[in-house]
Amino acid sequence: MNWLVVLPLVIPLLGAAVSLIARGRAFQRGIALAGAALLLAANLGILAVVLCQGVLCVQVGNWEAPFGITLVADRFSAIMLAVAGIVALAGTLYALGTLDGGRERFGAYPLLQLLWAGVCGAFLAGDLFNLFVWFEVMLIASYVLMALGGQRSQLEGGLKYLGVNLVASALFLSAVGIVYGMAGTLNMAHLAVRLPVAGPPGLLSAAAMLFLSAFGIKAAVFPFFFWLPASYHTPPAAVSAVLAGLLTKVGVYALIRTFTLVAVQDVGYTHSLILIVAALTMVTGVLGALAQHEFRRVLSFHIISQIGYMILGLGLFSPLALAGAIFYIVHHILVKTCLFFVSGLAWRLRGTYELERLGGFYGTHPGLCAVFAVPALSLAGLPPLSGFFAKLVLVQASLEMGHYMLALVALGVSLLTLYSMSKIWTLAFWQPAADTPQSPRIAPHRSRGWLLAGAPAVVFAGLSIALGLGAGPFLEVCRQAAGQLLDPQEYIAAVLASGGYACS
Amino acid sequence: MTLLLALTAGGLFAAGWYLMMRPSAVKLVLGVALVSHAANLAVFTAAGPSRRAPPLLPAEGLPPGTATLPVADPVPQALVLTAIVIGFGVLAFTLVLVHRAYQTVGSDDLEKMESAER
Repeated sequence: MNWLVVLPLVIPLLGAAVSLIARGRAFQRGIALAGAALLLAANLGILAVVLCQGVLCVQVGNWEAPFGITLVADRFSAIMLAVAGIVALAGTLYALGTLDGGRERFGAYPLLQLLWAGVCGAFLAGDLFNLFVWFEVMLIASYVLMALGGQRSQLEGGLKYLGVNLVASALFLSAVGIVYGMAGTLNMAHLAVRLPVAGPPGLLSAAAMLFLSAFGIKAAVFPFFFWLPASYHTPPAAVSAVLAGLLTKVGVYALIRTFTLVAVQDVGYTHSLILIVAALTMVTGVLGALAQHEFRRVLSFHIISQIGYMILGLGLFSPLALAGAIFYIVHHILVKTCLFFVSGLAWRLRGTYELERLGGFYGTHPGLCAVFAVPALSLAGLPPLSGFFAKLVLVQASLEMGHYMLALVALGVSLLTLYSMSKIWTLAFWQPAADTPQSPRIAPHRSRGWLLAGAPAVVFAGLSIALGLGAGPFLEVCRQAAGQLLDPQEYIAAVLASGGYACS
Repeated sequence: MTLLLALTAGGLFAAGWYLMMRPSAVKLVLGVALVSHAANLAVFTAAGPSRRAPPLLPAEGLPPGTATLPVADPVPQALVLTAIVIGFGVLAFTLVLVHRAYQTVGSDDLEKMESAER
């Protein structure tokens, strides 16, 4: 069954290549939908196999690890792949329903498929350099998606996004060079074996700080978050939902992977620093959101504060905390994507994202209100939704470790999140609509478009409820994934099984 | 030699960061180019450049009685080559994006590109 892990790369890359060659609009739409559905099926298959049989690993081209390219799916990777598959299908449906003809003609669908390939590749990469390459695949697709359409705000936002991420890539590459110079290998399993005996620990700490900065920029943690609220609200909702839901979490994935497998020689130093970063990220993100009055900018600042919770789980570095971080990532991907979907639906109805100019949806579109209320309350952490259990686990973990201040910060931030969500609720949904004439930018009301755009939002709201109701079993899966991260022997054995180079 | 390369990489990084922090979009492009070169050079240097033979087996095979040959490590070169290709692609896109932003905004001043943040 090991060959399964190739599918999440082959399906979207093939789909992108085919739809670049045959450029018919209907054909590209069909390929995008079929590709996303197949990707979801493959990723769910990988999750099922990994949960039953353990770590899956493929040595591409049969070059034995650590010399070849290794694709690995452990439990954490498989969970991330499954969620990425869900977002891929939902994002594709939403794009099919909402993207305008111009963006479709200029390659939005091939780009989305390249984005899926990059994200899945990053989750599967078994060595640091391939992680870099898949990051670049993902980022290049996202740069173009960000700027596609060529509106002034998009170009401005895209330029900032591009510039900051290029800095991150350069830092990442330098860190890769340092690690290779120390250990003579980049295979992460091999590094986990070799780094404890290689080189001065100070040099590894330097590389670890470079990793923290590089992935921190991509994950938008304090103090590197400023690019996110400057850019994520500029592209169409279909694109920004996918970027907001999925892309920053790839940075978090890379942080968790490197700081559980590679940079673990000086946990007392690196992970304490991560804890400080996490607290500051939570606080600055939520305070930034309070000052905003644009739907997607409020949501963008909340991405930052939520990233802080995930990093908190990594910094605490206990089995429960890491399980909480994984739970939080899954919860947040579903909820945040859903909220961005809803913001796009509101835009379709009123032609604006300004909260002051929205309003009255409670009277005219009660269904939209329900689809907003569920993820909004889940984001703030109200029971029985998924956000409550995600926060509960993290708070419990920080209390267990004696970090009372951190637990306090986490609870305070979730209170402010509730305030911020109720601000959106009051301004955009509850209070009567302002008397502004409807904008001419509204897309023509196509019933098919509404179904395609509305269904993903409804399904994601439902998934948030389901994740809350099924929190027990899912937390158990997350605990197993966290256990595998903290004791990577199974991962290392699966990757280096055939080689016998583990000790050389 | 390593010291010289390290200092060069450091100088390139410094110059690149400086250019990227200027308010001009053209300087951003130049800064991006310098920083990506600096990162490539840093990888090359950190991996330990050597004056050994290229990593190719001689046609007649290894001399009898030797298990290995002292050859240069090919991996850093492969890494840097890949990174150069990626860096080139990204630089080309940056150039197009900056040109397009210049056409739309009518200025290459990044301070003026803030309509999205108001």
